[in-house]
Amino acid sequence: MKAVHLFCFVAVSIGCSFTSSSRGAAPDASPIDFARDVRPILSKHCFACHGPDRNGQDTELRLDVRDSALEHAIQPNSAESSELMQRITADDAELRMPPATSKIPPLNDQQIDVLRRWIDGGAAYTTHWAYRPIQKPNPPVVDDVAWARNPIDAFVRAENALRQVEQAAPADAHVLARRISLDLLGLPPDRQTVDDYIRQPSDATYEQLVDSLLASPHFGERMAVLWLDLVRFADTCGYHGDQHRELDVYRDYVIDSFNHNRPFDQFTIQQLAGDLLPDASTETQIASGYNRLLQTTEEGGAQPKEYRAIYDADRVRNVSTVWLGTTLGCAQCHDHKFDPFTTRDFYRMAAVFADVGEVEVGRQVENLELPTDEQRQEMARLNDAIAIAKQATVGDSPSEAAQQRLKELEGELGKLRATIRKTLVTQAVPRRTTRILPRGNWLDESGEVVDAAIPAVFQPVTGEQIECNSRLDFARWLVSDGNPLTPRVFVNHLWRVMFGTGLVTTAEDFGAQGSYPTHPMLLDWLAGEFRDSGWNVKHLLKLIAMSRVYQQSSDIDALSLQHDPFNRWLNRQHRYRLEAEFVRDNALAVSGLLKPEIGGASVKPYQPDGYWAQLNFPKRTYRADDGDRQYRRGLYTYWCRTFLHPSLVAFDAPSREECTARRTRSNTPLQALVLLNDPSYVEAARALTDLVLGDPPTQNGEDDHARIKWAFERVLFRAATPPELEVVQRVLNEQRARYRSSPGDARSLLRVGQQPDFKGDDLAAAEAAAWMSAMRVMLNLHETITRS
Amino acid sequence: MSNRKIFSPTSVENAEPMATGNLVARRTFLGRSVVSLGAVALGTLSQQRWACAASAQVDPLHQMPRAKRVIFLCMAGGPSHLETLDYKPKLAELNGQPMPASFTQGQPIAQLQGQNLKCLGPQHPFGRFGQSGQQICQVFRHIAGIADELCIVRSLRTEQINHDPAHTFMNTGSAISGRPSMGAWIVYGLGRMTDDLPGFVVLTSSGGGQDQPIAARQWHSGFLPSQYQGVQFQSVGSPVLYSSRPRGVDESDQRTVVDAVTSLNQLYGQEHHDAEVATRIAQYEMAFRMQASVPGLMDFSDEPQSILDMYGTRGGDGSFAGNCLLARRLAERGVRFIQLYHRGWDHHGGVKQGVEVAAGHVDRASAALVQDLKQRGMLDDTLVIWTGEFGRTPMAQGNGRDHHIKGFSMWMAGGGVRAGTSYGATDDLGYNAVENVFHVHDLHATMLHLLGIDHERLTFPFQGREYRLTDVAGKVVHDILA
Repeated sequence: MKAVHLFCFVAVSIGCSFTSSSRGAAPDASPIDFARDVRPILSKHCFACHGPDRNGQDTELRLDVRDSALEHAIQPNSAESSELMQRITADDAELRMPPATSKIPPLNDQQIDVLRRWIDGGAAYTTHWAYRPIQKPNPPVVDDVAWARNPIDAFVRAENALRQVEQAAPADAHVLARRISLDLLGLPPDRQTVDDYIRQPSDATYEQLVDSLLASPHFGERMAVLWLDLVRFADTCGYHGDQHRELDVYRDYVIDSFNHNRPFDQFTIQQLAGDLLPDASTETQIASGYNRLLQTTEEGGAQPKEYRAIYDADRVRNVSTVWLGTTLGCAQCHDHKFDPFTTRDFYRMAAVFADVGEVEVGRQVENLELPTDEQRQEMARLNDAIAIAKQATVGDSPSEAAQQRLKELEGELGKLRATIRKTLVTQAVPRRTTRILPRGNWLDESGEVVDAAIPAVFQPVTGEQIECNSRLDFARWLVSDGNPLTPRVFVNHLWRVMFGTGLVTTAEDFGAQGSYPTHPMLLDWLAGEFRDSGWNVKHLLKLIAMSRVYQQSSDIDALSLQHDPFNRWLNRQHRYRLEAEFVRDNALAVSGLLKPEIGGASVKPYQPDGYWAQLNFPKRTYRADDGDRQYRRGLYTYWCRTFLHPSLVAFDAPSREECTARRTRSNTPLQALVLLNDPSYVEAARALTDLVLGDPPTQNGEDDHARIKWAFERVLFRAATPPELEVVQRVLNEQRARYRSSPGDARSLLRVGQQPDFKGDDLAAAEAAAWMSAMRVMLNLHETITRS
Repeated sequence: MSNRKIFSPTSVENAEPMATGNLVARRTFLGRSVVSLGAVALGTLSQQRWACAASAQVDPLHQMPRAKRVIFLCMAGGPSHLETLDYKPKLAELNGQPMPASFTQGQPIAQLQGQNLKCLGPQHPFGRFGQSGQQICQVFRHIAGIADELCIVRSLRTEQINHDPAHTFMNTGSAISGRPSMGAWIVYGLGRMTDDLPGFVVLTSSGGGQDQPIAARQWHSGFLPSQYQGVQFQSVGSPVLYSSRPRGVDESDQRTVVDAVTSLNQLYGQEHHDAEVATRIAQYEMAFRMQASVPGLMDFSDEPQSILDMYGTRGGDGSFAGNCLLARRLAERGVRFIQLYHRGWDHHGGVKQGVEVAAGHVDRASAALVQDLKQRGMLDDTLVIWTGEFGRTPMAQGNGRDHHIKGFSMWMAGGGVRAGTSYGATDDLGYNAVENVFHVHDLHATMLHLLGIDHERLTFPFQGREYRLTDVAGKVVHDILA
């Protein structure tokens, strides 16, 4: 089948304007933009039958290709004589498109009007916005020059100026300090770090704050949460028995890469092909663990050929979503229905990974050992000793003692090796044959054998074709100038880090069915800036952090709500719940329990008994970690794909069986149950109680109000209001009386988690328990788990 | 109206409730309760918005519903259709003989790959039962006793031959992880009928064979909002995760904490015009009610001895029988989709004894559940489904049977299906479904139809298209409707 050639589309500029007053152009005189206004309609309502996928379609008409559209259905400049218009407006149900039998919704009046105006204006086609080369636009000149501090501000302001909407006031310094800290570190502000800025808020002190946060080792942890969702990092293999496997070294590589601001192009190449680099190192090999993150099976009776097909498809889905923002997975069984990708493209991308060594069915054995220097020396010592001991066992009648000695030494070596960190990395094997599987059917071997290649639409129309003979070639192409998607897709993720939602809402889909960018020129400016800066992640985040747009208040007034309920145009900041890991990190941090160590083996926080009961082969018992490991950050939680920690699940953490480009943000009763009853949060309340009561001593005074105020500062990073003081005071009064009358209950409550028995007398226990109830209140507040 | 709701372009935005100022995007399954929390007083604007919040996506329903709820009895591991519902005398004749190659050529095979394939005759006798004379294996004498209530399908087909993906396919209509499960789809489509319990509850038990693992993805909400996710009741500790209070905290202490949280949240909501707070407050109320209602749900002391005997349980013992009784109690309390897994049917070896043992766990209680629902007048609007993720081969694997996907069986009862009938058939050896082939997608389409939903119109935008439970397939099997 001939590849659909994207750049065959007649690229007619129709004076792109990104300034219409709504997403779809309103039925007024504003110019129609094919990419923004027309293609989404055609894609949603027509492409299923008149789009790129030709399989089983009994029509010649393609509405994604102008020549075909003009031949069959559209007469430029004359909507009335175009069959397309006649059919979508037909009264006769037999004639009307889309047909009722398709169950595709009919077009509404506004959509029909858009198509009419588009055809009357010449029916120009342009390349889908996401596939156009990135040309960094000049920032617009805006009404409020003083306000617009950097290009981001100019792009955003221009849109709101058109709508005559004011920008929100700057956020209060406390709010901004908490926001930037949560955004860049996933942790609440640390007093010392924010102190200068809070005492003297200014552009200079704010910039220093941003710099110090970007330099924090916790920055890498925060960014890893984003990245690990995308690449589906987990501690277990996923299918069936969901067995354990070692890959946490890869997780630490990700943290380290963000902390050291590894340029994103290198970061990309190392993960896809770190083993193939001419200067491959242990580190780049670890990075190549990316290719081993997919779900695998050890299920008896699973067919290797079937799982080969499953793994191939898994890799294509992941790499195309993470780097290309493309739903190439749709092309496994048929050509893509909406975007210019063929089944052939799908299998040719699968062939890129045909040299990744792995078993199809069975345990994936860790293939890189990472001994510490000490372990290395100890291994050498033991090996020497074993060699000597072996000699002593040679001969006709070796002594029992010598044999015993050898056995002991070998035992020691075995034990030592078991403690050495190891991981799964990519080791290239001779390339497997990759065939196109007709309708995705792995039993069908009639399909064409294909070589690795980039999707055909990205090949230049004329001139030399882009070679792709290896994973390394492919990785380099992903971050080359010829691919406009990688920078657009990744800066959109960076925008999500700072605003909670992307300029393209559908972060996983930049195709025809995805959402159109709210600020396409800003997106391109950021993408261009990102590439020009040498793929500098911290530079981009700092640019955003320094913008006025970022620093706005997130408070909502009725007018803004009415004009822009979704806050598309950013006349204010967004306000949203923290991500699952950060909900717990925040509670641990404000209560002083958090152990801020970076990296290492995954950890096991408290988990309800029996939650792993369904796991088998082998059966496993979950044992919560003791000591400090209990208080590590959420991202280190043991990621069991089939039974992910239920408090993470409650707050929408994904199982990481598949790529997650954006998490949902739900608000459920289970979240309330977690914050109320999960021992992690109850214990945090206990630790916070110790702080508030001055053990260890703090300077929060003796009287209730002073202590409550201190708790508000500590947990919410702001002063308490009089009505708030009153509410907490009531809790204290009530609970004091209650626990004084039952000191046994008070002691039970105080003994939560790893906390020691309460040492004081009954009165002191009742006092502490009453405060603990108050601190539970603080940790359950909507505001506590909200970034504003 | 329903059409517009489902296909509304703003539903893409609903997929990602992004900012908390985002009132329109918020859908709570507590629609009514939230409105009644007028005291929250976030201003008239937000109240108007809340009034629009609906608990059901499909409103009004696409057609007259026959069932309000589903109880899905999943016989995990894959029961042999040849020793349960599909009698094959011809297979008995060929016992020990080579399996004719015409059946197996080019077919996917699991553990029997590359081995000599021999027929294994039915290991237990069958009989005809009830006025309808339905053929059922005699090991299942209680299920046989309700033959006239059953609609037996003997032509089921699935696409996945290993347990994990086969369950995923049965539950989500796709073998790719991350799609919503049928229970999540149904609660998303129909909303909940109770504010005290989740809309979708999962119970598990085991006994009778090796316990195949069951992943939480089987009841996950996938790309649907997570409030539609199934809640697995635990067999140890409190049945709902995190529903037991910390030690030293009684109900009134918890009330004190929740009330204070609510008061402070209200103050915050007023100050910042943040309507998300109203949802948070409502969820704390629901959490509190859930916590309060679970002990009553789990207290079986109000069940008369006759009922306990009928099911064969004391209740609350984590057995399949106990779970069946609990399922009835959940159904009475308004839970929409109740799924029971009994892990005990993976009989690669010793299928004769294995089926007997597993039947010992499930036979009496499965039948009791149907009868109990009937005597309470609930069977009419409760659809009960009994099946595995696949069947087992007519070929021997030692003295057992391997996984098999080309033809297997199930029964359904109540909820608008035709009682006392059989539908579809496999070939003489029980290998291929040949008559009225009934695909898993058809099961989903038919189940949704009985609930009043057109399976092609219950969709959710994901990765650039309107996804549905039946993917791009599925047809309603009208022949089995009452």
